[in-house]
Amino acid sequence: MSADTEEHGADAPGGDAGGANGAGGAPVSPRALARRRRAEALRRFAREYTRNRAGLVGLLALSAIVLLALFAPLLVDQAELTVTGAPGAAYEPPSAEFPLGTDNFGRSVLDLIIWGSRVSLTVGFLATVVSVVLGTLVGVTAGHFGASGGPAGRVVSSVLMRVTDWFLVLPTLVLAVALAAVLPRGTGTIIIAIGLTVWPATARLVRAQTLAVEARPFVERARALGGGHTHVMAWHVLPNVMPVVLAQTTLLVATSIIAESTLAFLGVGDPTTISWGGILEAARTAGAISSGIWWYMIPPGLAIAAVALSFTLCGRALESVINPRLREQR
Amino acid sequence: MSTTETDPRDAPRASGGGEAPEPILSARGVEVAFAAGFAPGGGKGTARAVDGVNLDVSAGEIVALVGESGCGKTTLARVLLGLERPTGGVVVFEGRPMRYGSRDLRAYRRRVQLVQQDPTGSLNPRRTVYESVAEGLRIHEGTTADEAERVAGALSGAGLRPPERFLARYPHELSGGQRQRVVIAGALVLDPEVLVADEPVASLDASVRGEILRLLLDLRDELGLSALVATHDLGLAWNIADRVAVMYLGRVVELGTVEEVLAAPAHPYTRALLSVLPDAGEGEPVVLAGEPPDPKQVPPGCRFHPRCPVLASGEAERAGVADLCRTVDPAVLGGGAERRVACHWAAADGTGRVRAEAGGAG
Repeated sequence: MSADTEEHGADAPGGDAGGANGAGGAPVSPRALARRRRAEALRRFAREYTRNRAGLVGLLALSAIVLLALFAPLLVDQAELTVTGAPGAAYEPPSAEFPLGTDNFGRSVLDLIIWGSRVSLTVGFLATVVSVVLGTLVGVTAGHFGASGGPAGRVVSSVLMRVTDWFLVLPTLVLAVALAAVLPRGTGTIIIAIGLTVWPATARLVRAQTLAVEARPFVERARALGGGHTHVMAWHVLPNVMPVVLAQTTLLVATSIIAESTLAFLGVGDPTTISWGGILEAARTAGAISSGIWWYMIPPGLAIAAVALSFTLCGRALESVINPRLREQR
Repeated sequence: MSTTETDPRDAPRASGGGEAPEPILSARGVEVAFAAGFAPGGGKGTARAVDGVNLDVSAGEIVALVGESGCGKTTLARVLLGLERPTGGVVVFEGRPMRYGSRDLRAYRRRVQLVQQDPTGSLNPRRTVYESVAEGLRIHEGTTADEAERVAGALSGAGLRPPERFLARYPHELSGGQRQRVVIAGALVLDPEVLVADEPVASLDASVRGEILRLLLDLRDELGLSALVATHDLGLAWNIADRVAVMYLGRVVELGTVEEVLAAPAHPYTRALLSVLPDAGEGEPVVLAGEPPDPKQVPPGCRFHPRCPVLASGEAERAGVADLCRTVDPAVLGGGAERRVACHWAAADGTGRVRAEAGGAG
């Protein structure tokens, strides 16, 4: 043993030269090294992900839906989506020409759904991003400084949490309606209105998880190693709250899509756009339920469910990749 | 909050050249008091977890801090690392009082490292061995070109060979002993001068325990590392320490070299601890009466007197110090390398110095 260690001891001072040689000649800059390591981590991540079959199915379904939304202008004639340019008669049942029948104006329901995916997905994604980013930032900051920021940190933490509580007790819908009414009408407004109203739950969740992580010894070890607040939050807390954040994200996408349809229903959405929620709403006002026009009601609902399901599958797979323990037990 | 201009890397390494008596790390009158919580019936007041401790760690020396659970060992270790701010007294590192600005602490923590009790908890489960060991390097230097090599060097220094086999592993794929070696490697990679280990082997099984202790001794011999090892295990102290400080209720009650303290204990508390070891040999085991004391209500006089077997047996009465025991608090022990004991009875025939034959009396 001691012979081995002596060898190491002799090695250490000359380590630089050995490093340059060992790494294939060219001196490696720290930044290039970091980039290479990151790329390697990404490759490893992709390899692990593809081993999860359910996650792969979810990802494929999601990409199919996203591709459909992206290429909708090629698949659907926009003129046929106007009330005046409707190609069929009202309430035609599904047929070869209209696979999902027609609505009360004679428009193809399939075309409406393909077109509607654009707004629904955009709002769902972006509103989720807004709320998850906001919620995670607030939650991690409040949790970290509350646990190990000293007296000043506790003040910061409680101020943040009181703001969160304030948003939490405000009725989400009322706040969203108020925001949507005040801000200029458009999809961007809907995204902000939804994003700003659903983040408090994420913040609370992330804060609770952060507190649990902060109590673990490796955080103290990191502090004893000289790590500052940023290091602890980015290096230790964030990776350990990511599963919670991902799970929350998958749920929020569905919530956001539904919230968008609710706002459309209340008339604060953009009436000129077609979204899944808007189609559902139009079907309801047209009396599709009572008159048994199932092809007008069910497809948009199924579309929402399909997107939510694919997100959940992806989220579960991501979680198992990020958490090495779950990966082992699969 | 300005920092000194001295870069810790430029400071001369206090390696084992010569018998420099100058301590590298010392606690001077350190006190830590916690405000008691609101437990129902728990009472108010402050818990004096550490109540005036002087302790020196010299370069290349291993000091064991021995005492039962709750006596303040861990709190003292945390204070020495700057994780806890003492409510009184100072921590002195290389002759300068420790400062608590964030840059001062960063510079300090490059040179004094922590090894925790629970190796499973002290590694982030989401980081590989490589990342955990490189963590300290990245904190202090960012990503460097020779990082991989230094990590491998630290791993083999900590006895994980060949290091390549361990780099990509996750903590849950390692055994307890291997995890503790990873933690030690993470500390070694920064070339620290002092290691503060809080019960480093308490959660490991006996076979691994020996290996880890051997590793600590080797590191001391090869790198001139100083260490403060907090433990409740007297056998461990006997095996690895040069000096022992016995702690009771927030204070050091006996201090000296391993041979002095453990072979010829002077304080009744140390004697009681030693007498209940399975291989204590001759002499009746002394079982301490009463509850482990409450740091919120430190007894008046000698803090050990309610449980002291010497006082209970009347021996202190015969020596004429029983009143002192009950009413006068023995002075806080000084640090340094001398033999010291905080006991009226042991000091009865001289001041501060201890009778060498005191160990024989039962």
